[in-house]
Amino acid sequence: MSIAFTTQIICFSVLSLVVIVGALGVILLENIVYSAFLLGGVFMSVAGLYLLLNASFVAAAQVLVYVGAVNVLIIFAIMLVNKKEDLKPIDNIKSRRIISTSICLTLLSLLIRVDLSNVWGLSDPNTSIGEESTIRIGEHLFSDYLLPFEVASVLLLMAMIGAIVLARRDVMNEDISTGLPVDQELIEKSSEPLLIKKN
Amino acid sequence: MNEELIYKVNNNKVLNSGLDLEYSFNEILKGFGLSSELAHIVWLPLPMLLVLVSAVVGVLVTVWLERKISAAAQQRIGPEYAGALGVLQPIADGLKLLVKEDIIPAKADSVLFTAGPILVLVPVILSWLIVPFGQNLLISNVGIGIFLWIALSSIQPIGLLMSGYASNNKYSLLGGLRAAAQSISYEIPLALSVLAIVLMTNSLSTVDIVNQQSGAGILSWNIWRQPIGFVIFWICALAECERLPFDLPEAEEELVAGYQTEYAGMKFALFYLGSYINLILSALLVSILYLGGWGFPIPVEIIAKVLNLPINAPVIQVFTASIGIIMTVLKAYLLVFIAILLRWTTPRVRIDQLLDLGWKFLLPISLANLLVTAGLKLAFPQFFGG
Repeated sequence: MSIAFTTQIICFSVLSLVVIVGALGVILLENIVYSAFLLGGVFMSVAGLYLLLNASFVAAAQVLVYVGAVNVLIIFAIMLVNKKEDLKPIDNIKSRRIISTSICLTLLSLLIRVDLSNVWGLSDPNTSIGEESTIRIGEHLFSDYLLPFEVASVLLLMAMIGAIVLARRDVMNEDISTGLPVDQELIEKSSEPLLIKKN
Repeated sequence: MNEELIYKVNNNKVLNSGLDLEYSFNEILKGFGLSSELAHIVWLPLPMLLVLVSAVVGVLVTVWLERKISAAAQQRIGPEYAGALGVLQPIADGLKLLVKEDIIPAKADSVLFTAGPILVLVPVILSWLIVPFGQNLLISNVGIGIFLWIALSSIQPIGLLMSGYASNNKYSLLGGLRAAAQSISYEIPLALSVLAIVLMTNSLSTVDIVNQQSGAGILSWNIWRQPIGFVIFWICALAECERLPFDLPEAEEELVAGYQTEYAGMKFALFYLGSYINLILSALLVSILYLGGWGFPIPVEIIAKVLNLPINAPVIQVFTASIGIIMTVLKAYLLVFIAILLRWTTPRVRIDQLLDLGWKFLLPISLANLLVTAGLKLAFPQFFGG
């Protein structure tokens, strides 16, 4: 067993362990801030797995998009709204947990089944393209994957316009549930909550 | 056998372009009877250690420069007693931070409080992986080069948010949020201006980017072909480093010291170190992307021709390598000097001005710059990369 191979095995086990433990932490921890930071750790470890697979461009893109943008925005949003308040007890919490666990386990078994039954096309490590993959990804994005690529950008544009409409009060100046005019003051000032409960 | 062949091919390629210390080091170790794999493992930590040491020494020099230049800008003398001209002052600062008590506030979240500064520092040091001081004088010529730096620098705001949240202090939290907002806003024009360079180089590797500028000495530097990109990149780099005029996350008058408020001792020193290493890194990257990297204003080929020596003569190779390191450091410190001068002579912008500048001015301009570069590349392929 060569030194390089041993290093790869060690890296792979550590990264997989971090991914699994981190992902469990994301859903099991009570504190939402810890969950968000752990999610960042999971994304980083997935990037590490991509690196082990010789896909350095995909790994860097994973870090840039998921850690640098998605995770930062999630944490940002949590910190802007984070109030230390106890959540209301939910009815039938036990039966809900049993149902959701069984659904997740079913999905997991389905994935395992697919994994075991599918014949994966393994590329020969001696002929792997390595650094050239950046060029290959670019070629695919601008030829046979052009339509999905453009559709994804349209989707992002729609999400962005939706966010602007929601954020700008002069576009939607009526409360959704009550029909009352929304006050146009700065958010920092004390104001009536946007969605007032109907009594 | 196959490995040796690759080494020979590499070596032939390398002989034409400069010194290869790794190859010579491996040859020496192999002379002692080590296998090439073991020799590689012995080699691996050496450049990393060298870069770490040079980064820290660079910080010491920058801190001294900052103290002296700020003193000159305010008509003071500055540090004077610690060594000649106060050159030992940064070491005294470092020692002071080292022996100070490490305080974790009682109501702070101690795990996140400790992890925050580490998360800020590690990506910055990792980015030194791609900084070339010569054809072979870099830790690793990874193919994704400059993209790796953009990806790594996007991790930093998580560390800032983490320390801002964990401090359990409203100023810290606001500072962390500001840092994250600023970093996200300025990353986009930064990446777009890098993209224009990559478009001209046809490669993401920093070595290729410098080589593409080495044709005609100073005339072929990217600053002449990308003047707008250069200005955008420099502004965004300053904003990413949180240097004045963009040091809103730690604006003293409003936020005490932002996310650093609750930090003391070595944890504060990590933030301090991180911000200065980041400043030097940004200066180095500006010099690599726009100022010809290790290139001398007059091409070495011409000097060799004047001296009547072949380009791969040992004297010329040593000369090229040392001139490369000197030029890279010189250009970087010129930019550090400008950054320090800017810090002590410009007022701070407001947060709304900062975001307006980023989203409404720099972003459209950098998009237009990219478009114009693409058009020029099609129209004049010999000047703007084929």
